[in-house]
Amino acid sequence: MHPKPAGLGTRLPKILSNAPKGHLYAVYTRNSPMIRYTCGRLSSLIISLIVASLVIFLVIEVIPGDPASFMLGINARADTLAALRTEMGLDQPMYIRYFHWVAGMLQWEFGTSWTYKTPVSELINDRIWVSLPLAIYALILSTLIAFPSGIYAASRRGRAGDVTVIGATQLGVALPNFWFAMILVLIFAIKLRWFSAGGFAGWDNPLLAIKSLTLPAIALALPQAAILARVMRSSLLDMLGEDFIRTARAKGLTRRQALWRHAVRNALIPVLTIIGLQFSFLLAGGIIIEQVFFLPGLGRLIFQSISARDLIVVESVVMLLVFTVIVVNFAVDLAYAAVDPRLRSRT
Amino acid sequence: MSLLSIKDYSLAIGDFKILHNIDVTVEPGQIVAITGESGSGKSMTALSVMGLLPDGAFAQGQIMLDGVDIGQTSESNLCKMRGNVMGMVFQEPMTALNPVKTIGDQVAETILIHQDTTKAEARKRAADILLRVGLKVAPSRYPHELSGGQRQRVVIAMAIAVRPKLLIADEPTTALDVTTQARILELLKDLVQDFGMGLLIITHDLAVVADIADEIVVMQKGKVVEAAATQDLLRDMQHPYTKALFEASSHKVALPERAHTTKLLEAKNIVRSYAMPRKALLGPRPTFKALNDVSFHIEHGERVGLVGESGCGKSTLTRAILGLERVQSGDIQLDGLPVFSGKKPNLDVRRRMQVVFQDPYSSFNPRHRVDRIITEPFHLLKSPPTGDERNAAIAKALKDVGLSEADKTKYIHEFSGGQRQRIAIARALIVEPELIIFDEAVSALDVSVRAQILDLIADLCRKRPLAYLFISHDLFVVRTVTDRVMVMQAGQIVEQGETEAVFSNPQHPYTRTLIAAAPKLPEITDAPLTV
Amino acid sequence: MNKSLFIGISISTVFVVLAAVSFLWTPYDIETLDIANKLKGFSIAHLLGTDHFGRDILSMIMMGARTSIAVALLAVGIGMAIGVPLGLVAAAKSGSLFDELIMRGNDLVFAFPSLVIAILITAVFGASAINAIVAIGIFNVPVFARLTRAAALPLWERDFILAARVCGKSPTRISIEHILPNITNLMIVQGTIQFSLGILAEAALSYIGLGAQPPTASWGRMLADAQTLVSIAPHTALVPGIAIVLMVLGLNLMGDGLRDWLDPKVRVART
Repeated sequence: MHPKPAGLGTRLPKILSNAPKGHLYAVYTRNSPMIRYTCGRLSSLIISLIVASLVIFLVIEVIPGDPASFMLGINARADTLAALRTEMGLDQPMYIRYFHWVAGMLQWEFGTSWTYKTPVSELINDRIWVSLPLAIYALILSTLIAFPSGIYAASRRGRAGDVTVIGATQLGVALPNFWFAMILVLIFAIKLRWFSAGGFAGWDNPLLAIKSLTLPAIALALPQAAILARVMRSSLLDMLGEDFIRTARAKGLTRRQALWRHAVRNALIPVLTIIGLQFSFLLAGGIIIEQVFFLPGLGRLIFQSISARDLIVVESVVMLLVFTVIVVNFAVDLAYAAVDPRLRSRT
Repeated sequence: MSLLSIKDYSLAIGDFKILHNIDVTVEPGQIVAITGESGSGKSMTALSVMGLLPDGAFAQGQIMLDGVDIGQTSESNLCKMRGNVMGMVFQEPMTALNPVKTIGDQVAETILIHQDTTKAEARKRAADILLRVGLKVAPSRYPHELSGGQRQRVVIAMAIAVRPKLLIADEPTTALDVTTQARILELLKDLVQDFGMGLLIITHDLAVVADIADEIVVMQKGKVVEAAATQDLLRDMQHPYTKALFEASSHKVALPERAHTTKLLEAKNIVRSYAMPRKALLGPRPTFKALNDVSFHIEHGERVGLVGESGCGKSTLTRAILGLERVQSGDIQLDGLPVFSGKKPNLDVRRRMQVVFQDPYSSFNPRHRVDRIITEPFHLLKSPPTGDERNAAIAKALKDVGLSEADKTKYIHEFSGGQRQRIAIARALIVEPELIIFDEAVSALDVSVRAQILDLIADLCRKRPLAYLFISHDLFVVRTVTDRVMVMQAGQIVEQGETEAVFSNPQHPYTRTLIAAAPKLPEITDAPLTV
Repeated sequence: MNKSLFIGISISTVFVVLAAVSFLWTPYDIETLDIANKLKGFSIAHLLGTDHFGRDILSMIMMGARTSIAVALLAVGIGMAIGVPLGLVAAAKSGSLFDELIMRGNDLVFAFPSLVIAILITAVFGASAINAIVAIGIFNVPVFARLTRAAALPLWERDFILAARVCGKSPTRISIEHILPNITNLMIVQGTIQFSLGILAEAALSYIGLGAQPPTASWGRMLADAQTLVSIAPHTALVPGIAIVLMVLGLNLMGDGLRDWLDPKVRVART
């Protein structure tokens, strides 16, 4: 149904796990600042992933009683409980279960869902191609809206255009995305009938798929765009006050040229941080938005699993979301270095 | 026709009048210096010529540059002139360059804006210009990889890239060390001669002015009080403010005589090094020796100077003496007591030392009142005074530094820079320490205020036996307020001796370089100078 | 006082008063169902109409304001109470292992999509207002820790801190006497902003049924109830949504206004 669902997902963890430590050392000693920076970020990425997996694992472990009795509830029959305990490996020590879990994930194996009775990896493969495109779609939209409006507002500081943008962002920041989603449905699906009120058309027809993700993406993107535009604006204004802008003007650059050639790139540094953080918001926000639009994504999966107390699915999907966020932040770190030469020469 | 002629020019920002009817002219090939204390309107004059006034500025009068009236020129035409007809160099080289672009590209940008040429050609010419300003690093470097002096050369290269007719330099050497300053001034003089351009230099440093300028313009509170050719002005000052300014700059204090006594502070072979980031993951961490085998002593009641350029280890030494940082080896003792006892700073020593810092703006907690600020050292005492005793101590400390007791309830933002330094001294004096460290304590002050603070210090020496370590980059000041001086370079004391002996007959090559590089004020006498 | 601050305080005060009044009086009892009058529009009897059980929406908004404010305020309290001391210690011991641990810990919390963890917590410990407060509060901790550290670090470089150290004061004492008073304004401003984010988070959690449980009223659950009714009775969705937007907008305006008002640079210029 979906094109190559296991492609990137299976490869990425493998690439990471296959990178031998000795290789890292060899690269380190080569002494190129950029490579050293990348390796530094890479090692902190790996540490973050290890700690995050431990935290998630432990949260599930501290559940009163044991996970199996939690999942089955108080009225569970003794033999069902015993079967589930064996299946979850609860008879084994905690650290062995942890390593099994991690080793499984590295091979895109997450165990079998208790409620769906299918491998969790299949459940994820079906749904990741809704959630990930939705988050990326929303991120693109948010950036496309925020950058021009932030730059426009900063370049007209204090004038009508600036005031309008600030007012719009104030409103945007205050919008709960799920409520905004309901309003979008009310207007564009129920009244105007331009879009369907929910559901996902599938990737067989990419255009239809994108169309069914459009309202959800707008609902997710607009509040985030408001935040991003504000950051872009204030970061640009900070930069416009810097000495090097005065130097640029003294060279003969117009205000506009100084803004575009000297301020924008410097202003991107704090903006990138926010974009990295927003990806996490967009993924999480997706959980709610998928509820509103009845999208078969990871958010709905995790939510249904929580209602069904299917901890096997919950812990894996949470780990997957955290993994994505950490990798995105790693990419943001690399983008920093591309923008800021000072980072490349630091350790 | 003059290259630049400012006639009857006034400027206001909002209701605040900044310039009053000023007149300045600059001829091609001429160096004109505008000087004056902070708030005199020097920098605004420069920005007016560039047409880079802040929003809300209102100007009257005329600025003619190369036959063009700046006030009547449209912004787009001004853009064509900036960098092309007039270039500008700023004070702070650390922030004047865009951190994310290479220096070559930043210089090439000036060429590309004003001349119809290819990128490659502009880059090539930028490289030549960087060589011309004496920069021997690749154009592909980024600003953060360069020192302050090197960055200032890049800024100059940008300003002169298309050979403007007028170069404006706003305090171009104030942020630099003396040896670097001397080289930058040399470069500017050389460029003026080579290109035949006019140079309008703005500086508070009269020694620099006297050294470089053909003509001097003295400004005070937005007015030109005196303007004349350098030689004429030095020979015959008309305006009392000019005289006061020159007198304050060469102000000498009369230190009371001092008998040789016993050692108060003694430092033996101190070493303080910092670990640097590793070059390789498993490689050793290189270390940087901020203090390398430093030994010296200060006697009771002795006034000792410490000079050196930035990064020589002066601040590290201050921290080590005050017991704020441990040293790796060596020993610092006050009257035979170690500054550090075990792992903690020794409080018995601490209460006998105090410090006055450079920046009058960051030395005080803005949320505390003056009485709370100056009584902070009472924390060191075993039984701090309370009630009337405390009030009396506050009143005495404030009176000693020339402030009134009523000032104790004020907040720090109600005081001027000079008054704040007085409060800093009051704070240092309140526990009647035997040793005070003045860490660049007068460096941020205007010359007239500086003279007053130096007088205050001399005055305090007369009232009580006071030993101090006076740390400064300003050789002139050190010469007048110290009995003995130490010269520091790269973490080592390279020369020390009686102040006058060291200054008049320096032994170490570095000391000689420093003294030679420091711009000197001509001796001002009432008798006419013979030229 | 500037315009943002005035508008912000006015809006926020209205909601606080509504919430306070709800303790004493509401137009109707929200636990009494009145099916006969369900889904009524705006009228004199029911200023903001009724929901699908015929409950008075104004009364529910008043009760919901109480929940929202209590949850968000307590969550900010948790964030400040833990985050500020952590940030102060990290700044005082900057560069130490402790500092590194705190900052890495912060990064880690940021790596977890906040809602996911809130969902995880409520999934494991059950849905309740208390767990919502804890879940939102946890994410306020790194915000305050990071901000405190970032604001305190440059202060530690200032000479007045050095002067205090010369006077023999301990890092703890300096943090309390010198650092804290100088970052209070910043904390108030950030507190206002986290408060508004808390309102949004509470609404989101109760919308998916993980916040305050019935019979406690909550704006988020009002929206969840309204979702299927949006086409027949739009006011059931509009009213609680607008309440959230107004409350958050008011708090944000207040935060912006406070930032300008408390900024010492601006204030010195004014006096």
